Amino acid sequence: MKIPADLKYTKDHEWVRIDGDIATVGITDFAQGELGDIVYVEVETVDETMDKDEVFGSVEAVKTVSDLFLPLSGEIIEFNEGLEDEPEKVNTDPYGDGWMVKIKISDASEIDSLLGDVDYKALIGA
Amino acid sequence: MKNTALTMTHEALGAKMAPFAGYKMPISYEGVTVEHETVRNGLGVFDVSHMGEFLIEGPNALDLIQKVTSNDASKLTIGKAQYSCLPNETGGIVDDLIVYRVKEETYLLVVNASNIQKDWDHISKYNETIHAGMKDISENYSLLAIQGPKAVEAMQALTSVDLAEIKFYNFVVADFAGIEHVIISATGYTGSGGFEIYCKNTEVKQVWDKVMEAGADFGIKPIGLAARDTLRLEMGYCLYGNDITDETSPLEAGLGWITKFTKDFVNSEALAKEKERGPSRKLVGFALDDRGIPRQGYDIVDGHGKTIGIVTSGTMSPSLGKGIGLGYVPTVFSEVGSKIKIQIRKNAIPATVVKLPFYKG
Repeated sequence: MKIPADLKYTKDHEWVRIDGDIATVGITDFAQGELGDIVYVEVETVDETMDKDEVFGSVEAVKTVSDLFLPLSGEIIEFNEGLEDEPEKVNTDPYGDGWMVKIKISDASEIDSLLGDVDYKALIGA
Repeated sequence: MKNTALTMTHEALGAKMAPFAGYKMPISYEGVTVEHETVRNGLGVFDVSHMGEFLIEGPNALDLIQKVTSNDASKLTIGKAQYSCLPNETGGIVDDLIVYRVKEETYLLVVNASNIQKDWDHISKYNETIHAGMKDISENYSLLAIQGPKAVEAMQALTSVDLAEIKFYNFVVADFAGIEHVIISATGYTGSGGFEIYCKNTEVKQVWDKVMEAGADFGIKPIGLAARDTLRLEMGYCLYGNDITDETSPLEAGLGWITKFTKDFVNSEALAKEKERGPSRKLVGFALDDRGIPRQGYDIVDGHGKTIGIVTSGTMSPSLGKGIGLGYVPTVFSEVGSKIKIQIRKNAIPATVVKLPFYKG
């Protein structure tokens, strides 16, 4: 199971890549494995400004559905349109083409509350 | 948590395991979609050894079975099997099951794993006055389902009987995979044809290995319970605990075809009256008109947003590529073509009542 060291994580099994004031968000390799075959990713909150931990979308897998929680407060500026046609990218490339949204971070101090790779590994017992 | 005789085999294959009805069972190996398509187009093997098996024996065996089941078991000749259910005394269903006539006075009942104790107690209650022989052999017997259009061709090398000659819902007791006296039954829960194999726990590892070996050239794969569920749901087969329960009647669940009023059985009088006046709600199959996946427990609503029923099973259909489900609606909404809506979180997604099965091969 891949848990890249250069990313931040949440206890809800999302990963966050920080690039200046932009955060790219997806779900972890562990999360995609637990969900199984992903059928689509629903995000209807583009252009909305939301608080950390609010539900910004959902992931529908064949067997189950899971909410997506915003890891950092901010404006959702982009949804990965590539997932419309190829939602399976979340299974095959969760940290790459399987990314879900980009957020314009409104409070950089929240970044400190995210988990590092070591803590995330401990959380999932990897 | 109990293991089947093959739990270690599944773990060695890298299966995702989870508790199901008190057993540690394989949920998926490679992914539900791939496994589903393998069964639809090729060949797959399931370990469903968690299922329960009771033997009902002796001169009073048929009397007991006729009393507790809804279908007419007097129609069974040796070598035939029958889908049936155990009605309860209050209008619902204790369990659904398959009844096999193995010998003149020996029947095998195959029941759901989660209901073994409940079924045993229920049947025993009626046996107090009928006195048939009853044996719970669930802990000693294993069950493999070998399913898919290539099953006959791939498995023929493992037995001396002509597999193509075993008709749907018929079975033979014969040699299979080097083991004598195995039940080879042309039944299944997938709609893609194939066999179910009953053998002893001590024999099942050999059977599994030979099945995998004989199936190798046909692309056989092990299949988990996740794909078992999507396969059965595409056929509109009921799942006990979801679509049929202690509170659903066989008539509203669309099981009128296994409810035979030509004989007396548990609660048959009340069910006959229900049949006469017509059930007030019915289990229907529906397909979503727009994107979305129905799930068990979601509300079914009408055009005004009023709740009219509940989804009992739902999934993304791998074969049809859309959301499908089963659910109870008032009889007025149960006609094929009726428009309903499924409340998926904040959105009411339009859906149409369709004829079952969803998947037509």
